[in-house]
Amino acid sequence: MDTPFQIADREFSSRLIVGTGKYKDNRTMVDAIRATGAEMVTVAVRRVDLDRTKEEGVLYHLDPEEFLLLPNTAGCYTAEDAIRYARLARAAGFTEWLKLEIIGDQETLLPDTHATIEAAKILVDEGFKVMAYTNDDLIAALRLEDAGCVAVMPLASPIGSGLGVVNPYYIREIKRRLKVPIIVDAGVGTASDACVTMEQGVDGVLMNTAIAVAQDPVAMGESMRLAIQAGRLAYLAGRMPSREIAVPSSPTVGMVD
Amino acid sequence: MRTTPAVEVRINGKDREIPTGLSVSGLLEWLELNPALVVVELNREILDRDRYQEIHLAEKDVLELVHFVGGG
Repeated sequence: MDTPFQIADREFSSRLIVGTGKYKDNRTMVDAIRATGAEMVTVAVRRVDLDRTKEEGVLYHLDPEEFLLLPNTAGCYTAEDAIRYARLARAAGFTEWLKLEIIGDQETLLPDTHATIEAAKILVDEGFKVMAYTNDDLIAALRLEDAGCVAVMPLASPIGSGLGVVNPYYIREIKRRLKVPIIVDAGVGTASDACVTMEQGVDGVLMNTAIAVAQDPVAMGESMRLAIQAGRLAYLAGRMPSREIAVPSSPTVGMVD
Repeated sequence: MRTTPAVEVRINGKDREIPTGLSVSGLLEWLELNPALVVVELNREILDRDRYQEIHLAEKDVLELVHFVGGG
């Protein structure tokens, strides 16, 4: 009864996209990601550490045949830097897919939406499939769609905060107004957050820290898989109206004297 | 005593002496890096892998060697 989850020309069986950062070791990362059922995983581009082991690259552990790699531009603060990282990522991964992320403030890690829109226009022209991380701001989301992004990814709350969706109304508004897939990226802390996020009707969720720093990342990965499915199903099922008054579930007539 | 001729280049933000006459392929081999998993940016230009043999490094070249790491 659900429609397929499609981004650009590709269909996905999982509505969950996960990051590969912050895991205590690579074995746990791979096991946790497999438990989530995610097909698309994000990776970052960084300098090779020439003084350390040569096997620290994530591609030694994640098979690009098993997962679609989504390189990010995390750590970039300007459109120019993000474009440079995007080009490096394309050369590293032979992929047009890109998570565009440009941070505007070091303390909150909130996105610089203006720079993101500028960079998105250039990268779309260069043939990238841009999935843009942005604020929960309708106007920025509309501009990113106009720029040609294949998905728009508003935050639930700040990166790594685990606060869940702080503004469900804005998330629903973005979903209602845009045609491209809406993937909520950042801020999910636990399974209930993921479920509530999907209940807003968005197409998917991207998360990293919630799974990576859980005490048992593999179990949390599994719980996120179920929460995403539950939230999606609840959205499609159509919830009852909420009201601040009790209504009995059992008949009020037919009681014995 | 014979000294090995060397050129000084900057790799990932650090000055390093490398043997004279190295190609980009030669450099990756010298550093024990797998060329399939590393991207080379030479003086701000990303190099296609099929040019690694023909491009030779010179004094003061600035290289960035990057790869994918875990990230969100």
